[in-house]
Amino acid sequence: MEFGEIVSVLLQGAVVTIEIVAMALPLAIIMAFSFGLIRLYASAPFKQIAIFYIEFFRGTSALIQLYWIYFVLPFFGITIDAMTAAVVALGLNIGAYGTEVVRGAIQSVPKGQFEASIALNFTATQRLWRIIMPQALVNMIPPFGNLAIELVKATSLVSLITIGDLTFKAKSLADTTLQVGEIFGVVLVLYFVMAQCLMFFIKRLEKRLSKGLGRGGIHS
Amino acid sequence: MNGFHWDWAFMWEVFPIILSAAKVTLLATLLGSIFAIVMGLVFALLRRNSSKTIRLSVYWVVEFIRSTPLLVQIFFLYYVMPEFGISMSPLVTGVFALGLHYGAYLSEVFRSGIDGIEKGQWEAARALNLSKLDTYKDIVLPQAIRPMIPATGNYIIAMFKETPQLSAITLLEMLQMAKIIGSENFRYLEPFTLVGVMYLVFSLLAAFGIHQLERRFPKEGFSLK
Repeated sequence: MEFGEIVSVLLQGAVVTIEIVAMALPLAIIMAFSFGLIRLYASAPFKQIAIFYIEFFRGTSALIQLYWIYFVLPFFGITIDAMTAAVVALGLNIGAYGTEVVRGAIQSVPKGQFEASIALNFTATQRLWRIIMPQALVNMIPPFGNLAIELVKATSLVSLITIGDLTFKAKSLADTTLQVGEIFGVVLVLYFVMAQCLMFFIKRLEKRLSKGLGRGGIHS
Repeated sequence: MNGFHWDWAFMWEVFPIILSAAKVTLLATLLGSIFAIVMGLVFALLRRNSSKTIRLSVYWVVEFIRSTPLLVQIFFLYYVMPEFGISMSPLVTGVFALGLHYGAYLSEVFRSGIDGIEKGQWEAARALNLSKLDTYKDIVLPQAIRPMIPATGNYIIAMFKETPQLSAITLLEMLQMAKIIGSENFRYLEPFTLVGVMYLVFSLLAAFGIHQLERRFPKEGFSLK
């Protein structure tokens, strides 16, 4: 097979990889924020549920979670297609790591900010969304960026439940053409380029968010 | 609706088989972490090399390894290396892949650990006319190790949780074993759940162990002799 053909097949796989990232990332962010906030502010029983979710998904490996959702859930009468299983498994897994990012960033906002917002008679919701969150968000961007790259890397696992992502395309091309060197070399470079692009956008986002904060006065 | 219930008898039948496969998982993790620590130190020390070319190239190598998936690296080592005349068994491939991947992560931990040593320590070592090797061996590393323990431990646990990916190159570790059992009996519930629980238990135990290790480690450093 010619090099150009190999690259074009692999690029099709890369599109699937990007699709999975685009679907799993919002899910991960939603999980991270909801369970991160529950872990911080909810009452005891809800907190326990959040801790269970976090410990479970951080304590077992992503591939096992993926297999469990794909192979075991059908036994409970819940049959889902491979793509949904992939998005759910990766989203929940990365989301569990994200809860700690949310929690850490909120806790890193100086205590004086809480106290000042109480003194100014803000309601609890206002305190969270207008005072704490805008500052915490800036702290969250770098670790969330790392998690997003972890997500891109983790998408390679979905090839093992037969989704035609970049890794899957590479594996099947390698099996048929035996041009393993070129194929896996190109794949590594493609993943690297995706991660670097993502990093570029994250850096810009971080700059933009912290700019808005600077206007507010003291930012430690 | 077959399999809706949890079959205890089947679970106890499967348990010893999974447990024996756990040995392979643990062996891969152990050898992988030793290799990762060595590679991490090599990368970290090369990043402090006086030549800018070496520093920069090592930086990009580490960046490249860190931002590409372990699974693809495993495939690369397993399928591409034989083209260069290097054929390795699945276990050896796995140890190399895990070691390289996490070595790249650990190099950042080691680098910041070494950077964290006060300037005065380096200057004192220089004033005492210690060789470069002695400075690292007797002054820097003994003090740098304690603050490195938590992060290193976390990466080793993370590595442990990525060993199931070695099933993709047919290494008979826990997950691969569970998959085989599952496909033979048409029941995935018990084997996969069991493997998940094993991972949970092992990682919690390891996290506890690392915490203990850190607590017992002398704050003022220790002798490497």
